[in-house]
Amino acid sequence: MNSLIPLIPLLPFAGFVVNSTMGKRLPKSISGGLASLVMVVSFLISAYLVWQLAQLAPEQRVMTSTLYRWIASGEFTLDVTFLIDPLSAVMLLVITGIGSLIHIYSTAYMHDEVDSEFARYFSYLNLFAAFMLVLVLGSSFPVLFVGWEGVGLCSYLLIGFWFKKKSAADAGKKAFVVNRIGDYAFLLGMFALFAMFGTLEVRGVAAKVAAMPPEAGFGLLSLATLLLFIGATGKSAQIPLYVWLPDAMEGPTPVSALIHAATMVTAGVYMIGRNAVLFSHTPDTLTIVAIVGAATALMAGTIGLVQNDIKRVLAYSTVSQLGLMFLAMGVGAFGAGIFHLYTHAFFKACLFLGSGAVIHALHGEQDIRNMGGLKKYLPVTYWTFVIGSLALAGVPLLAGFFSKDELLFETFVGGHQILWGIGALASLLTAIYMGRLVFLTFHGERRHDAPAAADAHGHGAHGAHGHDEHGHGAPHDAPPAMALALVVLALGSVLAGYIGVPAGLGGHNELGAWLAPSFAAPVEAGAVAEAGAARAEAAAEAAEEHEAGEIGLERTLMGVSSAIAIGGLLVAWFIWIQRREIAGQMARSFAPIHKLLLNKYYVDEIYDATVVRPVQAVSREGLWRGVDVGVIDGAVNGVATIVDAGSMVLRRLQTGSVRAYAGSFFIGVVLMLGYYLWR
Amino acid sequence: MIPLSHYLVVSALLFAIGSAGVFLRKNLITILLSVEIMLNAVNLSFVAFGRFNGTVDGQIITFFVMTVAAAEAAVGLALVIALFRGRESLNPDAFTSLKW
Repeated sequence: MNSLIPLIPLLPFAGFVVNSTMGKRLPKSISGGLASLVMVVSFLISAYLVWQLAQLAPEQRVMTSTLYRWIASGEFTLDVTFLIDPLSAVMLLVITGIGSLIHIYSTAYMHDEVDSEFARYFSYLNLFAAFMLVLVLGSSFPVLFVGWEGVGLCSYLLIGFWFKKKSAADAGKKAFVVNRIGDYAFLLGMFALFAMFGTLEVRGVAAKVAAMPPEAGFGLLSLATLLLFIGATGKSAQIPLYVWLPDAMEGPTPVSALIHAATMVTAGVYMIGRNAVLFSHTPDTLTIVAIVGAATALMAGTIGLVQNDIKRVLAYSTVSQLGLMFLAMGVGAFGAGIFHLYTHAFFKACLFLGSGAVIHALHGEQDIRNMGGLKKYLPVTYWTFVIGSLALAGVPLLAGFFSKDELLFETFVGGHQILWGIGALASLLTAIYMGRLVFLTFHGERRHDAPAAADAHGHGAHGAHGHDEHGHGAPHDAPPAMALALVVLALGSVLAGYIGVPAGLGGHNELGAWLAPSFAAPVEAGAVAEAGAARAEAAAEAAEEHEAGEIGLERTLMGVSSAIAIGGLLVAWFIWIQRREIAGQMARSFAPIHKLLLNKYYVDEIYDATVVRPVQAVSREGLWRGVDVGVIDGAVNGVATIVDAGSMVLRRLQTGSVRAYAGSFFIGVVLMLGYYLWR
Repeated sequence: MIPLSHYLVVSALLFAIGSAGVFLRKNLITILLSVEIMLNAVNLSFVAFGRFNGTVDGQIITFFVMTVAAAEAAVGLALVIALFRGRESLNPDAFTSLKW
């Protein structure tokens, strides 16, 4: 029991309550300040609790806090319990830490909104943080699911924040509907687990599964985990449900950074990590997870190469990186997946906030063909953006290098050479498109060469901002609140990887060791010491094995991925700085491929034709015109018509003739008397 | 002594004559008179029953009926006069606009 735990999600929730009820009457400094303050306090509490957690022996690193009994039905009971273990500790620090920075950044970014809109924005952001914390703290599937649905709701509200713009409202709706599909599968997976194990506690399920041998074929357990994974593809934007994430860029940029890069979209990865024991027992599902992850990483990477909207490039990059995380999960390298999740949160948030600063400086311009040469106007943004890009590309000694390397290494060692090849190719693409993004945005000359038709997006979002026209002359760099967040995140992008330095570089992968207990079945208190000894022995054995053959391999692979990162950046430098005409030439000579990529493999169009239109047609012709108009309205109108027709006949009885009425009285009286007399 | 059944037969005959008048005559005043005949047929049977049972209840009820009949006649005649002013007719079939 720890009474501080519930405060972590409750503080942002309190911020939501205040801002949503009184926000209209509060000045921006108070509503924004309060929202940021609760996040910072929440971060401090999390940090304190994680420090306490670290004092415990590795096997005992679990803190729980039960709030109340939620469901009691016969034998079955379910408590609302929050749980901090090494895995949720990492997530807590990412969410509250990066969340705080993004709240602070937002106070400057959203400053042009009117007071009530400003407060509405922060109330949603606080509510999101509260739900996200419930998601990672929940110790059972239903509690996790409450957070899971809550963040989906907040994502919808924040994508459609500028709901007067049709594209934003549509994007919010798309995100919500696509997520519903995944959520449905997630629920089914939960039901399947309950049917099999009779408990919904994550650790309870893990303990029961651990006693079973891994499932040989594709059985009920594999089906349950596959359904959970489909839920994860919805939330974490994987094939086939990734289509909502690029559209989600219609929301304010800090939202893209917080929800659609650092936290919410990683919920699926977290969920698989949380159920590592369960997933390890279903090798078939894990294979599917790995293949889907690798395919998504490659596909999104190729699309990212040709997109022209700065945020969309980053969005596809996010999808691609999430694919790599799922690849790691799928090959059983849960620690590596979570490591990449954690470093990715830093540099991707940094990049999104940097892109926000660029968009802010250019008054809503998002098309990189209209940028260029911003380096000298936006030095802070430029340098932080470059650091974030290098970290993402996997340049040695930055955060992304350690995590991506670990991830690819584990894939290779796991015997998945083909998947490793795909992952490496996706990394190469990452380096190229990030190089392209940096060079097109910040280097060269200021340009305005985007076709007029492509201008449609971007302007509306900031059109409402009250910028003066004279601002167009020289873009101004990020204001202090934004610069602070950028610098801290850039520092994180450099340093975050050093908690997981691999053995190949003389480290011990502390993060991997820290997370390990979370991926193992929970042990009984009495067995702790024994298990600890056994594990230490196993670890020592593994380390020895590691020493023997793998360090050489690890170093080789590290060299390969460093070469890939630097090579990719050089290619980008050559194409978009040295010989800019090459880009155009390539686009022309590979016109069909370029067009295919530019149109995102026509996936939206395919879904539109195969899913959206049939559903709409069935809804319109079958459910609306058939069931609603035909059956339901038909029944109601039918009753009215019958009554109407009957009345048309019966009204003839009201002749107006007094004698006819008197006659009917008389006959009636005679009949009644006759009945009583003759019965 | 005349038995009860004789009174009742006369009463039934009077009632039948009255109701026939109500249904068949085409003059509102005649219809009102026929209603009075029906009331008096009933009065006759009340009084006969009272005598037969040796109580005064029948006579008391008859007094009430006569009082109400007087009031009814006054109201009825007033209505007939009002109707005649409107339509220049006393035929009940002329007053059928309250229909459908």
